[in-house]
Amino acid sequence: MNKLLAVSLLTLCFALPAAAQVKVDDPWVRATVPQQRATGAFMQLTAPVDARLVEAQSPAAAVVEIHEMTMENDVMRMRAVEALDLPAGKTVELKPGGYHVMLIDLKAQAKEGDMIPVTLIVENKDGQRETIEISAPVRPLNPAQMKHRHGHGH
Amino acid sequence: MSSGLNGLKFLFVALAVMLLSACAPSEPPRFNAANMTGIEYGKDFRMHDADGRERTIAEFRGKVVMIFFGFIQCPDICPTALLRAVEIRNLLGDDSKHMQLLFVTVDPERDSPEVVKAYMEAFDPSFIGLRESPERTREIADSFHVLYNKVPTGDSYTMDHTATTFIFDPTGRLRLAAPHIMPANLIADDIRTLLRTTR
Repeated sequence: MNKLLAVSLLTLCFALPAAAQVKVDDPWVRATVPQQRATGAFMQLTAPVDARLVEAQSPAAAVVEIHEMTMENDVMRMRAVEALDLPAGKTVELKPGGYHVMLIDLKAQAKEGDMIPVTLIVENKDGQRETIEISAPVRPLNPAQMKHRHGHGH
Repeated sequence: MSSGLNGLKFLFVALAVMLLSACAPSEPPRFNAANMTGIEYGKDFRMHDADGRERTIAEFRGKVVMIFFGFIQCPDICPTALLRAVEIRNLLGDDSKHMQLLFVTVDPERDSPEVVKAYMEAFDPSFIGLRESPERTREIADSFHVLYNKVPTGDSYTMDHTATTFIFDPTGRLRLAAPHIMPANLIADDIRTLLRTTR
């Protein structure tokens, strides 16, 4: 009985810090033009234990949703999903053509070089929630134009 | 002497073969995108650009015209398709002056002429954004069998829409339909084929 308790405690000790370490790589937000009210945030998420991205928030937008893009017969559909599964150890990419964090009713134009704060709320399978604060740089609509400006283009 | 004659004969035959192959009806061109030749989608296309000018396919005679339907508040597909068009222009090099991209907004209620114009310029100053009334937009989309509809999300809405790029040859005939997933280099190859083979 004691042994079981010890094992449980040990598991708990390992589980707790592990759950608090969802890794976020390469976050970015697509730039907007004036009067454009919505855009997407993209990133890579790696959870150490099975978890789900259940919510996203940002002071830059009135509404923030997790969206999935699907294509059927070359018709694009975009839908809010309740949560995005983050299987243990697997890098889940939020990228064009798949998932994105949709920023709706932007409070200002997202300009190249701006940093957009985004809060991600991740829940593990025991229902523990973790809040991750990130700051995503705004990338231009046409990154190639940037390259040309800096003389790296063809 | 006889070897000289043989040489002449060879030259003659070679010339004849060259001439014949040049005159013979060549194989129909092969394309990467779906061949739409003979399908009259988008017939009598005319739409207004962000400056209020009426644009037609006919005015771009001598150019391959690509038409894409989308909306500006779109985080994913539309910028991806426009970036691909930029890449196609880069791949075409000098031939890029023989290519014109037209973007049709399927969300004219939110996409004001100013937004459409600024968005095109953010990608390539040569791109032309087109906008009509909601009723007229529906007619034009129908003429391409393009589907779109509003989908409520939060307090707002997004749009489902066909992501196909339609490609017209330099005489203004619809020739190809490129799916969203088709890479830029395959479309650039098709555009070169159209520029080379259209008479």
